[in-house]
Amino acid sequence: MSTLTLAKSINAALDEALSADERVVIMGEDIGRLGGVFRVTDGLQAKHGERRVVDTPLAESGIVGTAVGLTYRGFRPVVEIQFDGFVFPAFDQIVAQVAKLGYRTDGRHRVPMVIRIPFGGKLGSPEHHSESPESYFLHTPGLRVVSPGTPQDAHDLLLQAIASDDPVVYLEPKRRYYESAQVRLDALAEAPGMGRAVVRSAGDDVTLVAYGPLVRTAMEAAASAAEDGIGVEVVDLRSLSPMDYDTVCASVRRTGRLVVAHEASRTGGLGAELSAVVTERCFEYLEHAPVRVTGFDIPYPPAQLEEHHVPDRDRILDGIDHALGRLDGIGLSAPAETARVEGGAL
Amino acid sequence: MALAHSDNHAEALHPDDASPAPTLRLLTVEGERTTRGEDADRVADIDDAALAELYTKMVVLRRIDAEGTALQRQGQLALWAPCTGQEAAQIGAAQAFRDTDFLFPTYRDHGVIHSRGVAPAEVMRQWRGASHGGWDPHVKSLAPVQIIIGAQTLHAVGYAMGAVFDGRGGAAVAFLGDGATSQGDANEAMVFAASYRAPVLFFLENNQFAISEPVTLQSRTPLVDRPRGFGIRSVRVDGNDVLAVLSATRDALARIDAGEGPQYIEAVTYRRGAHTTADDPTRYRDAELAAWWERQDPLARVEAHLCSRGADVDALAAAATGEADGVAAELRAAVVGMSEDDPELLFTHVYAEPHARLDEQRRDYLDYLAATTPETVTEGGAQA
Repeated sequence: MSTLTLAKSINAALDEALSADERVVIMGEDIGRLGGVFRVTDGLQAKHGERRVVDTPLAESGIVGTAVGLTYRGFRPVVEIQFDGFVFPAFDQIVAQVAKLGYRTDGRHRVPMVIRIPFGGKLGSPEHHSESPESYFLHTPGLRVVSPGTPQDAHDLLLQAIASDDPVVYLEPKRRYYESAQVRLDALAEAPGMGRAVVRSAGDDVTLVAYGPLVRTAMEAAASAAEDGIGVEVVDLRSLSPMDYDTVCASVRRTGRLVVAHEASRTGGLGAELSAVVTERCFEYLEHAPVRVTGFDIPYPPAQLEEHHVPDRDRILDGIDHALGRLDGIGLSAPAETARVEGGAL
Repeated sequence: MALAHSDNHAEALHPDDASPAPTLRLLTVEGERTTRGEDADRVADIDDAALAELYTKMVVLRRIDAEGTALQRQGQLALWAPCTGQEAAQIGAAQAFRDTDFLFPTYRDHGVIHSRGVAPAEVMRQWRGASHGGWDPHVKSLAPVQIIIGAQTLHAVGYAMGAVFDGRGGAAVAFLGDGATSQGDANEAMVFAASYRAPVLFFLENNQFAISEPVTLQSRTPLVDRPRGFGIRSVRVDGNDVLAVLSATRDALARIDAGEGPQYIEAVTYRRGAHTTADDPTRYRDAELAAWWERQDPLARVEAHLCSRGADVDALAAAATGEADGVAAELRAAVVGMSEDDPELLFTHVYAEPHARLDEQRRDYLDYLAATTPETVTEGGAQA
């Protein structure tokens, strides 16, 4: 057991994978000599060499497309997209090639690739550096999508993703990179499976689902709610595709209420999907309609406005109140029409 | 490199191009073969008998192509992408490849695919709509055909980067068409190939059209000039001259083996048919130019040459046609009987490992089918 930041946990996992399997190669912009713009890959090129920790030209489609070619050669590439908003030049290679090659070849060729993407906001960054593109990928059959919320999961999920014969989009909560926790680097065998959600805190009143950067925020909201005597069960989704419906639904069947929080825009987002699933599967258990606490349906805003856009503890608490029926007409998380009809003002 | 001939057809095709690059040609339209110079020396082993074999391969390819169009017209294929006119480019290049060369073809490279020992019927599985793929890429050293224009060039470069990283030899070949040269991926592929000195050959079949768009819309400079800006050696060959294509491809592969890094060949040819069977080329094709290209036919010039050498070309043509007819009959029989209606295959290969959500959908759909499939009524009226 050691105290590690989330970034160091990822670094440790990459180091472990590079050491254990010569087929693993990591590629990206500035990841070698510089150690990555967030220093996540610090020291890896010095240790493993330029042919295994590869600085690439500045071309995201080129990075992912050549990584596809490496899989034909037997490699298991781990590519880094430097920022969430830079993944779109690689979108065709990810969606039309990486995701489909196994299906295209009737399973004769697999693409065991991990695409690491630092994602999410609240770092005071310029445009294109704070986005949450997960819905594009979880809507794409053939991909798996995971997002760790803790240093332990950052380590374990990455090693599981590298070991998988399926392509995995691995979304790193970059504003949590330098937060530390106790991490066991030798306990992978005891880790939950890659597709599993975990309950982070038990509670009987509301199920609160979050992932990635909002896991910590959700825990803070749960702690505040506890002071008011409200039991919030925080489910850390971990895997966005496939989603662990069983864990979420088991919780909702006890609490009767669902709040789902993410930074990504609301429409067509993960919260919409999860709300639909919970309504389909837990309809008779629900005491209230599912509540979404999300970013607005806007392009990611300028940094000085981002605190309004990214759900924080108080907005999640507002969502919890709404799910408990305490804030009818006021809740930010209520559908707009409802808010108007009931006279609420934002 | 020595350039045996520089002809004027590039000028005719690029009216705004002031200085068309020289074009390697070893066998003229009239059937005159160049036998001197290093380009010719590279194919000195191709004697009359070997040339007759290449001719037969081109005849077979043209026959497969015609059968593909016929099968589509008869409703046996959903679509077909004809390659007639491009036989010398595909067969000439394929003749140079070794088993250790991993090929990344486009959807029109039927001759390249056939050269890897893939049965034509296997190719047609996807054109019939029975599959998206067809062969084992690792057994054939042949990626599935690429439909997203230019995407495969990055895959080829990545494979070749892998050869640099693991140091175990081998090379990759990226096939692309003139339309693909405008794609970002094809340009990024050249950046990466040059940067890592990847052992990759870009083989451009410039067949003059991207569906309806003429190559002049893609480029105002000869396409052969582009790779040089990326630091990649590039040559242009008469893509209807099977010997020139073979010579240039052998040279490129030898340079790759010698560690010279990526190579690029522009094979200038002409797509005589439609883009696909869904296309109407009369809307965009210039009849006069088409007639000019007819005279550049890759098969006719081999016939003319062998005839000048005293060969019995009628007998050769008859034998080649007989072989081609046999291949066509075999593939027709295989295609007409081909069906794929196992609904489980919808779901089988999406993931390598179990996927809880998709596994649910598969189970539910199969249950639905089982519940809704009409029961068979036997002759006696009893239900089976």
